[in-house]
Amino acid sequence: MYVAVKGGEAAIDAAHAWLAEERRGDPSVAELGLDQIREQLGLAVDRVMAEASLHDPDLAALALKQAQGDVIEAVFLLRAYRTTLPRLAASLPVDTAKMAVERRISATFKDLPGGQILGPTYDYTHRLLDFALAAEGGEVPAAPKAKPGEGAMPRVLELLAGEGLMEREAPPEDETGPVPDLTREPLSFPAGRPLRLQAMARGDEGFLLALGYSTQRGYGRNHPFAGEIRQGEVSVEVEVPELGFAIDIGDIVLTECQSVNQFKGDATRPAQFTRGYGLVFGRGERKAMAMALVDRALRAEELGEAVQGPAQDEEFVLSHADNVEASGFVQHLKLPHYVDFQAELQLVRALRAKALKEAAE
Amino acid sequence: MSADSGYNFAYLDEQTKRMIRRALLKAVAVPGYQVPFASREMPLPYGWGTGGIQVTAAVLGPEDTLKVIDQGADDTTNAVSIRRFFARTAGVATTTRTIEASVIQTRHRIPETPLTEDQILVYQVPIPEPLRWLEPREAETRALHALGDYGVMQVELYEDIAIHGKIKRAYDYPVEVAGRYLTSPSPIPKFDNPKLSDCPALQLFGAGREKRIYAIPPYTAVRSLDFEDHPFAVDHPGHPCAICGDTDSFLDEIVIDDAGGRIFVCSDTDHCRERQEGQAHENAA
Repeated sequence: MYVAVKGGEAAIDAAHAWLAEERRGDPSVAELGLDQIREQLGLAVDRVMAEASLHDPDLAALALKQAQGDVIEAVFLLRAYRTTLPRLAASLPVDTAKMAVERRISATFKDLPGGQILGPTYDYTHRLLDFALAAEGGEVPAAPKAKPGEGAMPRVLELLAGEGLMEREAPPEDETGPVPDLTREPLSFPAGRPLRLQAMARGDEGFLLALGYSTQRGYGRNHPFAGEIRQGEVSVEVEVPELGFAIDIGDIVLTECQSVNQFKGDATRPAQFTRGYGLVFGRGERKAMAMALVDRALRAEELGEAVQGPAQDEEFVLSHADNVEASGFVQHLKLPHYVDFQAELQLVRALRAKALKEAAE
Repeated sequence: MSADSGYNFAYLDEQTKRMIRRALLKAVAVPGYQVPFASREMPLPYGWGTGGIQVTAAVLGPEDTLKVIDQGADDTTNAVSIRRFFARTAGVATTTRTIEASVIQTRHRIPETPLTEDQILVYQVPIPEPLRWLEPREAETRALHALGDYGVMQVELYEDIAIHGKIKRAYDYPVEVAGRYLTSPSPIPKFDNPKLSDCPALQLFGAGREKRIYAIPPYTAVRSLDFEDHPFAVDHPGHPCAICGDTDSFLDEIVIDDAGGRIFVCSDTDHCRERQEGQAHENAA
């Protein structure tokens, strides 16, 4: 019986072997290729890349395969790899105004320069199981697509800003200056907006979704409009000191959401619209929208609004947004706690004995 | 390069180790103060010893002998996993014997065998902030530490006595280090608290998820909080160990049948084994 805690090493090896067998599933079914995951489970790949803060579709596909499709486990795998990589350079800020847009919608204007482009969206699909997909081998006909990059596509909020109705975002004083990196420096509070956005960009989609939702239901209400959502490829540029100019190192797909929220104005500022901002790797519209809601909610203090809901509380949001941290700490409860439990047992027994003795007297 | 090529010695790159060592030096200079550090994402889960692992990785050298315990035992699964991690990434010698180890990483216990000046004890810490359950905000607790304002904890302990007749904390019992900082000893049973004080070994505490490091330097006074009329005292179940007969060590309760039968055995497996071997030796002589 005391053997229960012995033999940990052999048990761990056996558990890993069993896991490998489970992961493979029925060997008579063809094994998944990483290319299949990358191409056909693209939204899962995107989410893993976003929450791992690493743009590498092939490694994200590998992580998903290794984690049997468990997204948070896959995020963890990719993060643990990311942490070993050197930081070679910081890119220049990506310019989403120059995005090769594949989807762009605004809920604030019926029509606008560049137009509304639905792109590849689930929005208007009827959620009926498509049994034709169950039968493999169907050819997918080519879709008629809007050609990206045709004509100017100014950002909707800039149209409002031109009229003074929208707050101006102040660019950082030095765009080539050091970028805060919460994976390299411990977070302290108040964190400020750049770090908040960084934390949310890699934060858990479910957590941000729930928090964003809570603001819509009155826990820190500030009614937003989806000013603009755009999705597509942007090029990433890095300035190489030896060259003296920026070079394009590749393209990444991003989803950006800018919300438009009212601001009543105060002693120094007249009423105008303010922004909430969301940006994520890949096609992550749900998360980008939730992030924009929470970003705006977190600006409550800056804009002189009452902090009433959890989504407006910077320390609360930032301390709990990370799913790898949360998953680890919640699940650490299954580690042995014999010692603490034993100490508690002694305490509760002593308290009960005292109470029973007092009751008997 | 390490035994398992592709990663640096003890997994972390040298820049990261240097950053951690700086935090450790500050922690030793200001005993009990929680130093923020740029905790890395480790290949083991948060909450499973990532802080302790990073501290161990930063202090470990090729000549070291490492012991890893969880709940006092070397063979609990997470202790096995962490020991293997360092055997794999650092190729260091490992041991289960307290007296042979130069670095001991622990979760929830302090070894029964007294430690020496040549040893470093590394604690895994889940929540480094002793005031966390009284005040959830980090910005606020940092201010309380800066001011040395620990009234909220005193009141908490006083209320326990007023309501229950004793302080209702069986583990993670708060301590004052070197007469200044209120500090969490990590979730060790309060039975172990007296071992913290005036310890010849360097005691380092790592909280990975919470990104904090703190330290109790050798021979530092550590006081478990108490009141003059309710002095700190340790609990003991009053049974000897069923295997080695020790009456002074911390005991695990083991349920042995379906009828509620149970025995008590040493939580520190190395200590228990040493005593058994000593007894076998005496019997043979």
